[in-house]
Amino acid sequence: MAYSPDTRRWYRQELDSIRDAGLLKQERFIHGAQGAEIDVEFPPGTPARRVINLCANNYLGLASDPEVVSAAIDGLDARGYGMSSVRFICGTQDIHRDLEIALTEFLGAEDTLLFPSCMDANAGVFEALLGEKDVLIADRLVHASIVDGMRLCKAMQDTYKHSDMAHLEEKLLEHRDKRFRMIVTDGVFSMDGDVAKLDEIVDLADRHDAMVCVDDSHATGFMGPRGRGTHERCGVVGRVDLITTTLGKALGGASGGCVSGRRELVELCRQRARPYLFSNAVAPPIVAGALRVLEILTRSTERRDRLERNAVYWRQLLVNAGFDVRPGESPIVPVMLYNAKLAQDMARDLFTEGIYVVGFFFPVVPKGQARIRTQVSAAHELHHLDLGIEAFHKVGRRYGVLGKGRKELVEAFGL
Amino acid sequence: MDDLKRTILDYVVREYLEEGDDRTLDATTPLITGGIVDSFSMVSLKRFLERRYGIAIPDAEATPDAFDTVERIAALVGKIRSAAPAGL
Repeated sequence: MAYSPDTRRWYRQELDSIRDAGLLKQERFIHGAQGAEIDVEFPPGTPARRVINLCANNYLGLASDPEVVSAAIDGLDARGYGMSSVRFICGTQDIHRDLEIALTEFLGAEDTLLFPSCMDANAGVFEALLGEKDVLIADRLVHASIVDGMRLCKAMQDTYKHSDMAHLEEKLLEHRDKRFRMIVTDGVFSMDGDVAKLDEIVDLADRHDAMVCVDDSHATGFMGPRGRGTHERCGVVGRVDLITTTLGKALGGASGGCVSGRRELVELCRQRARPYLFSNAVAPPIVAGALRVLEILTRSTERRDRLERNAVYWRQLLVNAGFDVRPGESPIVPVMLYNAKLAQDMARDLFTEGIYVVGFFFPVVPKGQARIRTQVSAAHELHHLDLGIEAFHKVGRRYGVLGKGRKELVEAFGL
Repeated sequence: MDDLKRTILDYVVREYLEEGDDRTLDATTPLITGGIVDSFSMVSLKRFLERRYGIAIPDAEATPDAFDTVERIAALVGKIRSAAPAGL
């Protein structure tokens, strides 16, 4: 038998070492639909508790919206459960193309190709479009899926310091001998919640004859006056060559992603991108639900407006309470604690107080940058946020972190 | 600290420490396991060394372990330079 006792022991030791380092990921079981309040079973086997969810990417509160659910049910009835195939063989329905057209219009692009997820879009896009004569130049804080996608690509890869435009320009000059240069960035950075300087990036790209690719997963649907994303927020709609984004966060939260942008680039992804070629099509109920989401967002900006108000309110509450909050304008509001155990312990105590948050530490964020990343949703009412800050204040006082900045927190708790 | 190590250390500080990062690095500071350089960003360090010293660092030798400290990087560069044919 190949899976010998020694083999089993080796894998157990690996798991033990993860557990001993305090890095074991444990899932919390949510009993019910995603929302501002959820019933969570944690630890497993204990009765579920009602808690306020300050941890989800359900930015617009559409994950369990009745209108979206109803559209998905209609899609299920009319188009079935799944496509049982990859897109280019026999897995494409007319509604897949309808959704691609709707996304193209929503994002202000030339064309769009759906993928099973944005992780897949990022895994496929670079290899499909660039080769050995080219270079990818990425912000150092881009999402892990972009890093993976770049690794799959034969183009040379380089990075620039986070949001450092002078460093980016140095890199563009350094790689001026390459056939194509593509700058890659997140629109909103998922761990810090800060917005890429997309206007400056696009200007630099124009000046140095480079392309720009933005992963806007944490922006599509709510950043910018009409919620189109970071490119709208920065006033560069139509000037970004490629946008990868997800349907799995603000746009209903189910699954699915896309590459949107220049017509030829999108078409080449359709011909070559491996996750498109070898993964099943997005399931019909999700396509139908996403189409309804885009209708809702085109009809009114009410949800993104409410989200913006909630994010400003929540950020101010945390600042007023004395937490070290990373500055920004997105609904991602990281409470900086720097010490991993402190982040882990405070998140646990907050759960006891009825607030669902998670501590983030290395390797998810750089060493010494541990935090509790809170995320606000349009589904939150102000009383949710008021209850949230009450719990944060209580736990923060218990640990003695209020009013302390990085220096004091590191002195008190270490890194 | 010899010139090679100083050159590598200067590059690491310039290239990888963000503005306002007050950490003091030396030749033994863990760069990759210490979270200062990730294995992705390591590519730029490898390219810098190849250009600066006119060498080719085989991918198989450019491991996170070999690039974890300035000391180890300098040892790797030294080994490759000494193995290179005269004139290169």
